[in-house]
Amino acid sequence: MGERLIVSKIRDGTVIDHIKAGRALEVLKILGISGKEGNIVAVVMNVSSKKLGRKDIVKVEGVELGKEQVDLIALIAPDATINIIRDYDVAEKYRVKVPEKISGLLRCVNPNCITNQPREPIETSFRVVNVSPLKLKCEYCGVVITEELLEKLVEEIA
Amino acid sequence: MWRGKDVLSITEFSKQDLRVLFDEAERYLRIIEEGEITEDLKGRILATAFFEPSTRTKLSFQSAMLRLGGKVIDLPPAMASSIAKGENLADTIRMLDAYADIIVIRHKVEGAARFAAKISNSPIINGGDGTRDHPTQAMIDLFTIKRELRKIENLSVGVLGDLKYGRAARSFILGIAKYNPQLYLISPEILKVREDVIDLLEEMNIKYEEVTDLKEVLSELDVLYVTRIQRERFPDPMEYERVKGSYKIDEKTLSGAKDNLIILHPLPRVDELDFSIDKTSHARYFQQAAYGVPVRMAILKLVLSGE
Ligand SMILES: [Zn+2]
Repeated sequence: MGERLIVSKIRDGTVIDHIKAGRALEVLKILGISGKEGNIVAVVMNVSSKKLGRKDIVKVEGVELGKEQVDLIALIAPDATINIIRDYDVAEKYRVKVPEKISGLLRCVNPNCITNQPREPIETSFRVVNVSPLKLKCEYCGVVITEELLEKLVEEIA
Repeated sequence: MWRGKDVLSITEFSKQDLRVLFDEAERYLRIIEEGEITEDLKGRILATAFFEPSTRTKLSFQSAMLRLGGKVIDLPPAMASSIAKGENLADTIRMLDAYADIIVIRHKVEGAARFAAKISNSPIINGGDGTRDHPTQAMIDLFTIKRELRKIENLSVGVLGDLKYGRAARSFILGIAKYNPQLYLISPEILKVREDVIDLLEEMNIKYEEVTDLKEVLSELDVLYVTRIQRERFPDPMEYERVKGSYKIDEKTLSGAKDNLIILHPLPRVDELDFSIDKTSHARYFQQAAYGVPVRMAILKLVLSGE
């Protein structure tokens, strides 16, 4: 079956291309897309790619995802490209960029960190201290999150 | 530079900030020694909120504020312990913020002071949080070196003890690192400094060596900073028994040290520093403790009404 048959073009929305193979579902998690929102969402996994060998693609119909939101994808898919589609045409295209700060998305792995205390009105905050390999640092307790650990934390996102 | 600034970590203060601090501390030291009276912070209120007990740090902050002509309110220990058990820290900080001009907080949870600083309009001083930061202790330590050795740059400095969980040791290492030292990090294998400290030392291009035996480096040292190793840190009690002797210092240990080596300790000590050292010229930990008040006076003054 040809890949073109699996995914048809969308009219308006966002296409996230060049996602590292097997990571599409995590990309949806990071974006907070569960499928219950009602838009058409196409997830294509492990298709062949000149650049990556194999890759995943996510298409979301009817939503133009904001840059701040999609940049979080760079945490697990640093090569991902974003295509904003309007009336079947690519209106904007850019590559995701690792943000400087990540707020609220990930849990801190240090149980003695203030962000893990119950009943405090606080959200986690990590500063990106290195891009490749990716290294995050908790703004509160200073714990360093390496790439390996990050994958686990992304899997945990509800 | 200082005014209105939260004092959360020694890493957030430049050498220039510290120079200003040391000048001010020197001035207050003279005032204390000469029995003079100052009212630099007359009418101002300091709140102390210690969620983890520490008599020394709390009393020295309170004494500092009173010596500046200011007033002190204290979160009652019973209330602090009920909050530590799970009531809300954020609301307590909001309350103290309304009652005081500046707040000193100590907490066993890491990042508590930084969180308090986000909530409070009044400046927050970190009186020690978790296993990471104790910036005012580091400022006192650096002031002690400057005063006792008349210099602080390019020294050969050994830091001994629990370098992994000890916040005083960690803060001291990151503080002295600003002054281009040759660092010797002396600890048992399982209490070596954490990776984030090593990363910072590398970033700052500091010459450092990690060793397990003081004897290897003792003759090099200008400063030896001693901290306590707690039995509870060792999962295997036999391991503690095996290594503990190497991290206790008495007169005999010090044969081979430079004549002008100075020994510091954040106190209280248990048995890591033998009393026999107290009378030697190496011992400067009592001076260090005494500098606590003038340095904290300088901190309070600079944050509340400095440049
Ligand atoms: Zn943390």
